[in-house]
Amino acid sequence: MIYFDHVSKVYSPTSVALEGVNLTIEPKEFVSIVGQSGAGKTTLIKLLLGEDRPTAGKVFFESINVHDLSAKELPAFRRRVGAVFQDFRLLPTKTAFENISFAMESAGMSEEEIEADVTQVLDLVGLVGKAWHFPHELSGGEKQRVAIARAIVMRPDVIIADEPTGNLDPMNTFEIIKLLEKINELGSTVILTTHNKDVINGLNRRVITLEGGRVVRDDKNGRYVL
Amino acid sequence: MEHSHNHTPTMLRRMTKNGVVAFWRNGWVTLATVLIMVLTLFMVGSLLFSNVLLTSALTHLEGKVDVSVYLKTEADDGEISNLVKSVSELPEVKGVEYVSRDEALEQFKAKHQDNSLITRSLDELGDNPLGATLNIKAKDLSKYEAISRFLEAGVFSSVIDRVNYHQNQLVIDRLSAMLQASRRGGLGISLVLAFIAALVAFNTIRLAIYTNREEISIMRLVGAKNSYIQGPYIVEGILHGMLAAVIAMMVFYPLTLWLGPKTEAFFGGPNLFDYYTSNFFQMFGILLVVGVALGATSSWIAIKRYLKV
Repeated sequence: MIYFDHVSKVYSPTSVALEGVNLTIEPKEFVSIVGQSGAGKTTLIKLLLGEDRPTAGKVFFESINVHDLSAKELPAFRRRVGAVFQDFRLLPTKTAFENISFAMESAGMSEEEIEADVTQVLDLVGLVGKAWHFPHELSGGEKQRVAIARAIVMRPDVIIADEPTGNLDPMNTFEIIKLLEKINELGSTVILTTHNKDVINGLNRRVITLEGGRVVRDDKNGRYVL
Repeated sequence: MEHSHNHTPTMLRRMTKNGVVAFWRNGWVTLATVLIMVLTLFMVGSLLFSNVLLTSALTHLEGKVDVSVYLKTEADDGEISNLVKSVSELPEVKGVEYVSRDEALEQFKAKHQDNSLITRSLDELGDNPLGATLNIKAKDLSKYEAISRFLEAGVFSSVIDRVNYHQNQLVIDRLSAMLQASRRGGLGISLVLAFIAALVAFNTIRLAIYTNREEISIMRLVGAKNSYIQGPYIVEGILHGMLAAVIAMMVFYPLTLWLGPKTEAFFGGPNLFDYYTSNFFQMFGILLVVGVALGATSSWIAIKRYLKV
């Protein structure tokens, strides 16, 4: 469902982030992308979200060329792709509930739908009791769970998690990865980037290894090899 | 794939609600922005007040200027009434006051009643030495020249002794020039000050939105439409303007109460406090419109740059 077709991203002649990347990600896959800092993981994610444009090549989401989307079409596309980041990226002046409901509100869904769906995902991430807390009143693990709830509430086809456990302790890391696996079981494709060896080895799923902007390994039941 | 049912009223209500909530939660930023807006609106209000004072001072001064025509003592009543009629009919003339010989004498006596030398001299004279006078007021200062030229043209030389315009000409011209300059200068300064104040308010709002740029990018990332992101900020800007207008009006209450009597004595104009109370809604309306327009457009312009793809 996701295709990278000879994608390159060159910031400057001395700074090449991606070089001729070819990738296919199937529906319902759980794919981990590993690589050292600067290997191109974040650039790959940014291109997929339409946050940045490739220098060469095409990124397809089903039959949609992501970078052919107009400014008007982009919001609807982004609601099909849920994103989770290392730094959580919650709206600081909105409560957990409001952070999650924001995208639904902006999509014009009814109050009943919003109330029902947000409560459901809060339950899934185990934060029903903290719905009316602001981000600064939540721990790192709780913030990341709000972010995951926000990412899945629109029932996207794909969840992109860019180093979601980078700021978390081992206990919370374990919880977050379990949550992502559960979301995957419920039918969403999950793309995870991480540095964490234990996470990769524990998952025992497909692993794509990036090095210097190129795909150097792509293993079906991969382990962390760098 | 698209779940959206776009009910405009629902979206407007949500954007308004989000704007109101953000206005409340932003606390210190809201306070700072509103205070700067109060300053701007205070400036606008002060300009309105000073314009009222200046205008009334000018009309007050203009009202003091007239041209006096001293008539010959031997002029007969028919000729005089002919003159009064002709002058009254001039389009430049606002009013003519006729002071007869007897009235002139009465006024003269009243004015000098404490001066025994003068009263005694008058008694000794027996006859009335004073001529009748015409006090002519023009519609505005620039018309006195034309009126005096008409009077001195010679048609009425048999009745008119002298016209005091030329004695007063310098004063009248200078006053006229001063009034025009202060009007024009006042307008110029007002516009410059209002512009600077608006610029400061605009920059304050821009800075507030700049601190929100991260949040704006998050909203875009989770798939919110630009219009939906923009709406609450514009609502917030409108609220800033409204609250600032209310506070500015509140500040003017004690200020005009205190300044009213002072300015009334100094300018001879209306009491500012009376003006404030009798024009309260009109003034509030002006400040409200200026504040809301400034707040909304500032927000709109400031946020636009963060919504580009």
